[in-house]
Amino acid sequence: MAETDRGLVAHLMRRAGFGATQDELDELTAKPYEQMVDDLLHPERFPEVDDILLRRYYLELNNPDTHGTWQAHWIYRMVNTKRPLQEKIALFWHHVFATSIGKSEHTPSAVAQIETFRRNGLSDLRTIYLDLARDPAMLFWLDNCENHSGEPNENWGRELLELFSMGVGNYTEQDIKEASRAFTGWTFVQPLPLDPYSRYPSEFLYLPGDHDDGEKTFLGHTGRFTGQDIIDIVAAQPATANFISRHLYNFFVSDEPQVPAWSIVPPQDPEAIEVLADACRSSGGSVREMLRALFLSDFFKAARFKKVKSPAELVAGAIKLSGMHRDPQPGLGDLSGATAVMGQSLLTPPTVEGWHTGREWIDAGTLNERVNFAVDRLSDPETPGIRRIIDRLECEGSPLSPDRFVDTCLDLAGPVEASEDTRKQLLEHAAQGGDLDFETERGRERSAERAVRMIQAVVSSVEYQFA
Amino acid sequence: MPENGAAPTLVVVQLTGGNDFMNTVIPYGNDLYYDFRPVVSIPEDRVLPIDANLGFNPHFAPVHDLYQRGDAAIVQGVGYPDSSRSHFRSMDIWHTCEPDTVATEGWLGKTVRELDPGKSNPLTAISFGRGMPRALVAQDVTVTSVGDLDTYGLMNGIQARQQRQEALDLFKRIYTPAVGSGPVTDYLARTGIDVLRGADKLKEAPKVYSSSVEYGSDPIGRSLRDVARVHLAGLGTRIFYTQHGGYDTHANEVPTHPKLLTDLSRAIGDFFADLREHDAHHDVALMVFTEFGRRVRDNNSGTDHGAGGGAFVIGERVRGGLHAEYPSLDPAEHDSGDLKHTYDFRGLYATLLEDWLGVESAPIVGGNFEKLPLFVQGGRGG
Repeated sequence: MAETDRGLVAHLMRRAGFGATQDELDELTAKPYEQMVDDLLHPERFPEVDDILLRRYYLELNNPDTHGTWQAHWIYRMVNTKRPLQEKIALFWHHVFATSIGKSEHTPSAVAQIETFRRNGLSDLRTIYLDLARDPAMLFWLDNCENHSGEPNENWGRELLELFSMGVGNYTEQDIKEASRAFTGWTFVQPLPLDPYSRYPSEFLYLPGDHDDGEKTFLGHTGRFTGQDIIDIVAAQPATANFISRHLYNFFVSDEPQVPAWSIVPPQDPEAIEVLADACRSSGGSVREMLRALFLSDFFKAARFKKVKSPAELVAGAIKLSGMHRDPQPGLGDLSGATAVMGQSLLTPPTVEGWHTGREWIDAGTLNERVNFAVDRLSDPETPGIRRIIDRLECEGSPLSPDRFVDTCLDLAGPVEASEDTRKQLLEHAAQGGDLDFETERGRERSAERAVRMIQAVVSSVEYQFA
Repeated sequence: MPENGAAPTLVVVQLTGGNDFMNTVIPYGNDLYYDFRPVVSIPEDRVLPIDANLGFNPHFAPVHDLYQRGDAAIVQGVGYPDSSRSHFRSMDIWHTCEPDTVATEGWLGKTVRELDPGKSNPLTAISFGRGMPRALVAQDVTVTSVGDLDTYGLMNGIQARQQRQEALDLFKRIYTPAVGSGPVTDYLARTGIDVLRGADKLKEAPKVYSSSVEYGSDPIGRSLRDVARVHLAGLGTRIFYTQHGGYDTHANEVPTHPKLLTDLSRAIGDFFADLREHDAHHDVALMVFTEFGRRVRDNNSGTDHGAGGGAFVIGERVRGGLHAEYPSLDPAEHDSGDLKHTYDFRGLYATLLEDWLGVESAPIVGGNFEKLPLFVQGGRGG
């Protein structure tokens, strides 16, 4: 059976996951592409990450309110999961349904929300919205706990329609009011004890006495609607299929403008949105089927290195390349700080609109952090991932010419598809050192050093900032 | 204008978490203060008096000294209508001046665009500390963000000098934009070159600096020392931004808040002593703000999120003293258990923009707000 193109597999794994190691690529390329996609869409076929082991080393994870460690825990999962799309789809919904600990200061509910996205993230939109509407972190974040019969609070009702499902221009202010009434009485069990240090978990609580049971008219339907009815209607809207399709395109294919511009700026590839929306309609709103259509499409395959990596993608990808943190190691906590200084503090998006993505990830400060992080993590020839690259270079034969040296490094760091200009600069740099020699002790040492410098140049390149 | 021709410079100190203004500038002459705060109040005999009613927290002595020199303005009761009790939302409002919608551009980012329209200096504004605050963000504006001045720059992890230089040279060649490589790649490449340019200039600052002032080794002390070192190097920076975290004193306020105020006030005192030593204090104004004040009533351990807070503006050309009005402690005047603001923060910004930096404020703060007479005659537009 013919091997699947390695560059395409690496692309799929960068987008559907957080990159793949060379060993993983060796294994994956033996499978047909469709099979690979099907496996990604069925995480349950592969084992879970061993959280118990991590908890034995990071005791803070047994205390539910140390959010820095929980952020790092998520990055550990991104690096080590055998179910990459499960973590990636959780990150997708975290981007879309952006909920921050900053308001609640309650880590257990934030962690539980991400766990919900892992569990339901590939299911159907109706399930996803219903779980979201009953999620304690969301109920507090958008004040639905303050949404009372006779005194509606419209925060959740508005964002459900504006940012989470349909997008501006597809509903009226009256629809927001009516939807908000339907969600009155949807609240959560109070998680704050009197003692200021502890936190209890929370759960959904429905208070029938606080629910406005009157008749509502919402998007042309009339009845004594509950929140569940509103979600049934929202999930079936063509506008919702289109809006979520654009979100998926923006996250998995190519950077779109920021969400508030979507009612004004049309999608860069309307046909792609149509393909995804079709998959949504014909599958009863299945995210799994929308993603299958996406990953199998030509527009996805053609989008290599067309998207700026998010800080989580950059950090998890560089760590995978380094081969570090494959089991519990000291310094894991630094990784959450690393994404934060690059502009993405997990579980703490800046607003309900989520992070501004694409080119807005980059400013002089964040670029400095991105480059230095990758360079620092790939600075030691004895780092397992670097060692493997050096061993593979040696297998290429000695002496190794500068152009074989550059191309092999680009290959083993991704493959990273460098522009002609970048490749030319790397080549000129490599040529100054002449051929790599692995024959003598001194030659091997020097070649290892040069390999580290070359990998560092590759991960600090413009191209490496893109997924 | 300062005699050395240097342009007026603004240093912002953001206190993150909601500083307890009532325990910073204390209404010790009002019995209600002691009634509401059985646990966290500061006894009258320890307060550093300003007048018969108000006094500084005893751990704020260096700022009290500046106040007595006439260099410190207290802006009392600063806030905005319908104050948000959410940290992020309230900070966001302070950063963007947009209380009703979520905005992407910050007030100082927009100010940089006015100060350096030709984008000639990537160091026009510098943020010290981790992460870029939204206040400094604006489309197509370069702002430099420095975690640690001594290690700022690319490839610092590479120890060997020559190898690091080679890596930087290669980086520069890779980031020199190729024609027609697409807008995002172009932007990224330009930003990479900006980082190099900024780092090249910044690395000179620690080399030329010397001072007899010994700052504290705490984060705000280090940040303000970095500000002093860069300012004294004369790199054309007009806006410095620093952050001091930990002010969210829901619990254990009695031991934690004094430590914060001690570090903060020492850092401010050292900073101005340092500038005076170099005769560079004429053109610097420093503003301290926080996203909200805290509840009037303590919770037996600390104080919860409140509303009306307070800000400070400090500098040689500042008209020291009490500005605006201290919010009433009378429960009838509270806003759901919180002090009601008496002065809109956008007026404070307008004053800093127009009377100090010389920039029109209305487009930046979103309208016209009442300014305060914060600067003495001879200040810009004063």
